[in-house]
Amino acid sequence: MKRFLIISRQSPYGSAAAREATELALACALFDQPVALLLLDDACYQLLPEHQPETIAQKNLSAMQQSLPLYDVDKIFVCQRSLAQRGLTLDSLSLAVTSLDTRQISALIRTYEMVINV
Amino acid sequence: MSDTTLHILNRGPNQTELLQHCLDAMTSGDALLLIEDGVYWSTAHFTEKLSGVDLYVLTADLEARGLKEPRGQSVDDDGFVDLTVVHSRSVSWC
Repeated sequence: MKRFLIISRQSPYGSAAAREATELALACALFDQPVALLLLDDACYQLLPEHQPETIAQKNLSAMQQSLPLYDVDKIFVCQRSLAQRGLTLDSLSLAVTSLDTRQISALIRTYEMVINV
Repeated sequence: MSDTTLHILNRGPNQTELLQHCLDAMTSGDALLLIEDGVYWSTAHFTEKLSGVDLYVLTADLEARGLKEPRGQSVDDDGFVDLTVVHSRSVSWC
């Protein structure tokens, strides 16, 4: 069975990319494909709590992400450097995630057969 | 009315160079309005980068993204319009 790693670099509401990455992770899980999510750069902002996207007439991405663990998508990784460059810490995020340094990210990518940048 | 410019920025830290171009273009009397993903620049972490800038942030975009206590002055859509009226021209950086 092929294992999927989905990489997202985009903020939650600046484009549809973050939602598409999340939907892809859920779709993989729905078809019982092993899947993990790696968030780089502005994608870290996807994990800030208390989104209120109704103010800009969008759907809540955060609510959708909270369902990831329910579908056994529990491997969610964030880039430690991206967090630091934005003044974010793990305990300020809305999901339990693992932070990785660049060497660990390189190693992570090598453990997946299918790597998709969304 | 003095000749000043309203600079509008809608991209976040993924586009650091865009902010730099915008800041480089600003002169005395100009204002910077952060909208959409630009509002991420109003978080405490980037205070130093934006020091001395006459800064405004669109409230709806802040709230949508779960951001609190921004640097600068929060404005609603009416405030956005007021800013475009006060300044001689608007420049959208995107």
